[in-house]
Amino acid sequence: MIRLEKRPQPSRFWVVGAPVLAVLLTMIAGGIMFAALGKNPVEAIRIIFWDPLFSERFAGFSRPQLLVKAGPLILIAIGLSLGFRAGIWNIGAEGQYIVGALFGAAFGLAFWPSEHPLIFPGMIAAGLLGGFLWAMIPALLRVYARTNEILVSLLLVYVAEALLASAATGWLRNPEGSGFPGSRNLARNPGTDNPELIAGTGMHWGVLAAFVAVIAAYVIFSRHILGYQIRLAGEAPRAARFAGVNAGRLVILCLGASGALAGAAGLFEVAGPAGRISIDFNVGYGFTAIIVAFLGRLNPIGILLAGLLMALTFIGGELAQLMLGIPAAAIQAFQGMLLFFLLALDVLANYRFRWKREVAA
Amino acid sequence: MIIDPVTLIVALITVATPVLLAAIGELVVEKSGVLNLGVEGMMIMGAVCGFIVAHETGSVAMAFVAGMGGAMALALVFAVLTQVLMANQVASGLALTLFGLGLAALLGSGYSGLPVPVASRPFPEALQAIPVAGPILFSHSVLVYVAIALVGAVWFVLARTRAGLVIRAVGENHDAAHALGYKVVRIRFATILFGGACAGLGGAFLSVVRVQNWFDGMTAGAGWIALALVVFASWKAGRVLLGAWLFGGIAALQLRLQAAEVGVPVALLDASPYLVTIIVLVIISSDRRRAALNAPAALGRAFHAAS
Amino acid sequence: MKMLPRLLASAALVAGLALPAAAQDDPFQVGFIYVGSPGDYGWTYEHDQGRLAVEEHFGDAVETVFLENVPEGADAERAITQMILGGADMIFTTSFGFGEATNAVAAQFPDVYFEHATGYMREHPNVSTYNARFYEGRAVLGHIAGHMTESNIIGYIGSYPIPEVIQGINSAFLHAREVNPDVEIRVVWTYTWFDPAVEADAAQALIDAGVDVLMQHTDSTAPQTVAQEAGIISFGQASDMIQFAPRPRVASIIDNWAPYYIRRVGEAMEGTWEQSDIWEGIDTGMVVIGEMTDAIPEDVRASAQAMIDAIAAGEYHPFTGPINRQDGSVWLADGEVADDGTLAGLNFYVEGITGEIPN
Repeated sequence: MIRLEKRPQPSRFWVVGAPVLAVLLTMIAGGIMFAALGKNPVEAIRIIFWDPLFSERFAGFSRPQLLVKAGPLILIAIGLSLGFRAGIWNIGAEGQYIVGALFGAAFGLAFWPSEHPLIFPGMIAAGLLGGFLWAMIPALLRVYARTNEILVSLLLVYVAEALLASAATGWLRNPEGSGFPGSRNLARNPGTDNPELIAGTGMHWGVLAAFVAVIAAYVIFSRHILGYQIRLAGEAPRAARFAGVNAGRLVILCLGASGALAGAAGLFEVAGPAGRISIDFNVGYGFTAIIVAFLGRLNPIGILLAGLLMALTFIGGELAQLMLGIPAAAIQAFQGMLLFFLLALDVLANYRFRWKREVAA
Repeated sequence: MIIDPVTLIVALITVATPVLLAAIGELVVEKSGVLNLGVEGMMIMGAVCGFIVAHETGSVAMAFVAGMGGAMALALVFAVLTQVLMANQVASGLALTLFGLGLAALLGSGYSGLPVPVASRPFPEALQAIPVAGPILFSHSVLVYVAIALVGAVWFVLARTRAGLVIRAVGENHDAAHALGYKVVRIRFATILFGGACAGLGGAFLSVVRVQNWFDGMTAGAGWIALALVVFASWKAGRVLLGAWLFGGIAALQLRLQAAEVGVPVALLDASPYLVTIIVLVIISSDRRRAALNAPAALGRAFHAAS
Repeated sequence: MKMLPRLLASAALVAGLALPAAAQDDPFQVGFIYVGSPGDYGWTYEHDQGRLAVEEHFGDAVETVFLENVPEGADAERAITQMILGGADMIFTTSFGFGEATNAVAAQFPDVYFEHATGYMREHPNVSTYNARFYEGRAVLGHIAGHMTESNIIGYIGSYPIPEVIQGINSAFLHAREVNPDVEIRVVWTYTWFDPAVEADAAQALIDAGVDVLMQHTDSTAPQTVAQEAGIISFGQASDMIQFAPRPRVASIIDNWAPYYIRRVGEAMEGTWEQSDIWEGIDTGMVVIGEMTDAIPEDVRASAQAMIDAIAAGEYHPFTGPINRQDGSVWLADGEVADDGTLAGLNFYVEGITGEIPN
């Protein structure tokens, strides 16, 4: 029978090879599903994976959109990866994303219609602060009341959504919007706009921040004492305590950092691509980012690639719906399959398959 | 206008049932050391499979079986991923939710609005007509009683039986349990499938009994509440019931406060079930000197038998 | 769908140099952006019925595409743009939240026609908005409700406190009060458009508060099921919900987009399309009152029909004075009719409603 044998070191070949194989297997399994739905499987797969990047018709538009979609995912996932490595579970990035957007938008709207050059930096600071404060609720409760942060951070998402709805229909509503819900459009005012920095690239300040976060996380994990402490706390909590790691400080640091980054992602989104606070402003980046973090094996470079891959399947999936009439549900199932294969084949990097005769136990 | 406590209690029991079912299953899964965040996906599979079978066969009982079966099929995928292929549990669970939502929508397309049989209530009209006790105790559909009985059964099995001891041992320290000769992977397969069955039943309750219709995404986050309840309960079966009723109670109460036109901001009322749950948990957990988090020690960690 | 013939045309579109859409010899392509899924059996379902009606009406001359579950913001902007790059000549965006995205894309594609539902932003000449006067239908339902309630309490499940919902509450209440001076209305806000479990709970809460007629401005049929069990009456919302007839669903308010979609697609194909701000109701059939069942007494059915006819003929406006605001101040003097601007942004209750609008 087949047995798994743990590799002493992850296989260099399979670290790269497993995701490639996973994508190939997804193409086959997904192709079967598309064929079962009566769609041309080859065309469907080509549209999802190839067209957004290289089709003459779509790529010019879709390629930059990849960054717009991946930016917030990567930014949030990088923050989450700090805590996840230390065994600190922030499931509520979606809520921190909302509150960051609310803080940032409120700051910008408070000075409306000023175009002072310090407004946008102020909004970024407010966004960071909003996400940070929202994450401090589970952090402080965990440290001082020993309350489980999974529950608190998750439930605060719903509280943040209620806050968002009341902002959109009440205290942040556009006074010139004739009673309709939603705030003023921040992207239409040079003072509060988060613009595309280089035309035709999709690169805005949030995407730039995501790249900076990737590099910073890389440095922290590979060079800084903090990275060492985080890893130690995650892998051997008792040893970490003996090594003098302050567990409470680490909780506050990790949750605070992930909250602040999620908040910043919310601010960049509301000031740029989304433009304004509305009832349904949040679209699930905070939850998808959890998948991205693990898909990237909690490694900054991995997260970067995972974020881009997820964004590709979103955009390509939309194209497939459009061009072939594939239902959105099938695209969702297809994404699920892709994740299954990616996660499952990770086994190849860390384990070796061995034929073994069953030994009488 | 005052709020009638009897109808409030009746309502909270109904409101709590789907999440209670899902939560009690997830509790057993987590007790064995596995964190399955795919509850939402399993619930919606239960909802769609239950509804389809209820419509096609006209049998509510068959619908519940189908609901469990559909969700267990999804749970099996999770079990293979995390127990055989050592995949990360958090990510696998989230992927399960994504996949389940998509697959359920595919299966259920065309079923919205079709009729299903009405679930019977086990107690006779005469008992239901008793003032106060009648509606509270005897007016519910059968799955409500099943859910409560299940809580008792899970408590009993975990606390008082050898099987429960084994499950807990696996959840606390899978290496030690393995060394003692327990089949860690096999036990976790069983608990994961049990968790799937419970989540599926919760979903089927929602579509077949509560709403009597199928819509895309109709669980609307109930699976996440179930996950939160397990944590809220500090992995204790009885407290899952209390948590579900507390949450359901506040949810039912806030709608009644709105109907009674009390002058509390609606956004605050809307958020109140979540806020109250957090506050109660804070009070409970800061009350204890030690082991307040109480999570199974091996929760979420992959197990690989070295030998 | 063949890729090559369109390639040049869409490349030209990007550059803003496109030929008139009608000049192409391939089918006129109409795209629909849905906020939910047609499987919701409510709001999006009705828009999809409109799309299917367009397909049926024009046959091979028109091709339709749609994207479902499109989130607001950047995602909507991308979805619309990709749809146009894919060959769409006309776009219907079927939710209020798509307003910004619709206008942003419209600026880049001046030769594509845009139709945005329930919004108010028309920043470019190729953007029209359209909406239905749901409050006209609510007036009829309120009339029926006022007659039929025995507890004199009407329940109303609201989604979000936005003008469209507040119009409906006011209209229903005014016309219930008109025939029944003792009637009260209780509103419960769910803060969601679609969550069957929460909608069912809200219905139950209202019933427990003594309500015996239920109205909803949320999308699922869950409240109908609860009404059925409680033995009270209710009204279908967005779609007909006919499977709950004859009781609890005694009538319904249906969004019927098909005639408008057919008309506008036809105009766009002929080149007679012009920017407009449409707000139509019972008169053009955009708002339809679904079959009134036998559960409603015959004389009430007759008087309700008379009201439908009067509204359709333009003889009666549901917001005709004297109407006071909730605080007692005069909103409309005797005989005065509410102007569309005030109505579109309505953010107060009328006199007699005891609750408060949340914000």
